[in-house]
Amino acid sequence: MSEKSEKIERLSVFKTYKLYVGGKFPRSESGRVYEVTDSKGNWLANAPQSSRKDARDAVVAARKAFGGWSGATAYNRGQVLYRVAEMLEGRREQFVREVADAEGLSKSKAAAVVDAAIDRWVWYAGWTDKIAQVVGGANPVAGPFFNLSSPEPTGVVAVLAPRESSFLGLVSVVAPVIATGNTAVVIASEEAPLPALSLGEVLATSDVPGGVVNVLSGRTAEIATPLAAHQDVNAIDLAGADEALAKELEIAAADNLKRVLRPQPVDYFGTPGTDRLTAFLETKTVWHPTGSLGASGSSY
Amino acid sequence: MPTTASPAQPFADVTASDSTLRRFLHGLPGVDAVGLEARAASLGTRSIKTTAKAYAIDLAISMVDLTTLEGADTPGKVRALGAKAAHPDPTDRTTPTTAAVCVYPDMVATAKEAVAGSGVKVASVATAFPAGRAALAVKLADVRDAVAAGADEIDMVIDRGAFLSGDYLKVHDEIVAVKEACGTSARLKVIFETGELSTYDNIRRASWLGMMAGADFIKTSTGKVAVNATPANTLLMLEAVRDFRAQTGVQVGVKPAGGIRTTKDAIKFLVLVNETAGEDWLDNHWFRFGASSLLNDLLMQRQKLATGRYSGPDYVTVD
Repeated sequence: MSEKSEKIERLSVFKTYKLYVGGKFPRSESGRVYEVTDSKGNWLANAPQSSRKDARDAVVAARKAFGGWSGATAYNRGQVLYRVAEMLEGRREQFVREVADAEGLSKSKAAAVVDAAIDRWVWYAGWTDKIAQVVGGANPVAGPFFNLSSPEPTGVVAVLAPRESSFLGLVSVVAPVIATGNTAVVIASEEAPLPALSLGEVLATSDVPGGVVNVLSGRTAEIATPLAAHQDVNAIDLAGADEALAKELEIAAADNLKRVLRPQPVDYFGTPGTDRLTAFLETKTVWHPTGSLGASGSSY
Repeated sequence: MPTTASPAQPFADVTASDSTLRRFLHGLPGVDAVGLEARAASLGTRSIKTTAKAYAIDLAISMVDLTTLEGADTPGKVRALGAKAAHPDPTDRTTPTTAAVCVYPDMVATAKEAVAGSGVKVASVATAFPAGRAALAVKLADVRDAVAAGADEIDMVIDRGAFLSGDYLKVHDEIVAVKEACGTSARLKVIFETGELSTYDNIRRASWLGMMAGADFIKTSTGKVAVNATPANTLLMLEAVRDFRAQTGVQVGVKPAGGIRTTKDAIKFLVLVNETAGEDWLDNHWFRFGASSLLNDLLMQRQKLATGRYSGPDYVTVD
């Protein structure tokens, strides 16, 4: 029994990529999958091909999670998002490999992308308890009132992740949406969904409550159309839509006056600014008497 | 012993004494629990789409007993519920009304007023609902009170304590007495609280006991315990009403209550009805859903079918 003759080749253990909906990892309700290839056309894995019913389920999950997530303190949300960055760091090697495969990058380039994405989480984690000071505040008014504006999350946001940047782009559109207290239904890049599906696993093992982020993979147009028309979705980010699809979705989204963020050219490596944070915020303004109201000059 | 010429006449010898009744109930065939659950689960896999789904949704809406049974019920809340029962979707006049509203006895008059002229019935729980732990005289007073206030239907609870300790005749006589108190104006639904009966055999026995005592409806549960209506226990009760009609010619209705929240669930129950009891029961005179949140989901699905877009909770009432 020499070692050489007995050396058995290990059987490959392939990973079944699954959706991430409501904190669980379901297969597509339709049972369909599609082949995902690397940039050279070699098969990588089968990804679930979501149907409109998966989209519907994801919206239900996102709506259910909204109360808790938007009600959490901004400080707490920041801690949770930072925790996501910690978990990403632990899985760095896996993401480097997936990004390199998906985007045809060299190992060192892919590593730079993953590092930038992790830093992006940290950056947005820091914004959670600061954005209110930037976009809210006390407004001067012509009367004895305090007039205070504060930003509130829009609600359930459908996010079409960028097609070309499967991980850094994804993080750059998802993190700002949830940082401000929205919940998200994310449609992963159609050609390169694997990093997004793996991100679901990271979110499940950090402290992000189930349903805050829901990740769907499949044909973007097929999933996005019912989401854009869905009456219980409050906003849609069209980052991953081409011009024709974006137009169609914007028309569908008009029906319940969804907020729409149109696709725009972005350099995902650059400092993002607060645009994506403020895109999905509503302003609540309250008036309150200052106290010097009584006819006798009393404060009451 | 039933003294009137009730539909339970064929069972006069059975209900003559405690021992004959016990012999009869314990002589009912035992329930194959695994088979029952497998049957209920397999019927739940039917795919109901497009026009059949539209039909099922409208049928389910027309079968809802829109229920509010909270300590915090106010006349305002009952009026709102009545308005919703009469016009479930004010934006779509083709939506059918629900079958009934279901309230506590002291709210019957308010509910009656709220649904006047709409054809929606008023059901009232009675007999010291939900526990049923009160003297018979108190229970009967509760029933008479609700009937006097105009209730069209009475939902009574059986004495589970007596049933579980084997005092079947007491349970039987109580149902007979309540039926008498209902008179001719109110239909009687008998609630077994299946979640407290512990076995399927007990649910089958309770079903026969209720029907022999003259129940117009047999109902799974109060909605106040952990386990409420399940497809399996409803299937079992549907088998009982089917067999009862085959034996006596008397048709009895079934009402699953509690825990049915989605359109999908409701349609599964309708499949059970159609495949077990048959088409005769696919009518709100013979089958009801005791529910409150179910109606909103049915309405959202109805809107989805009408418009092609998924609806959301912003487009139905919060109740």
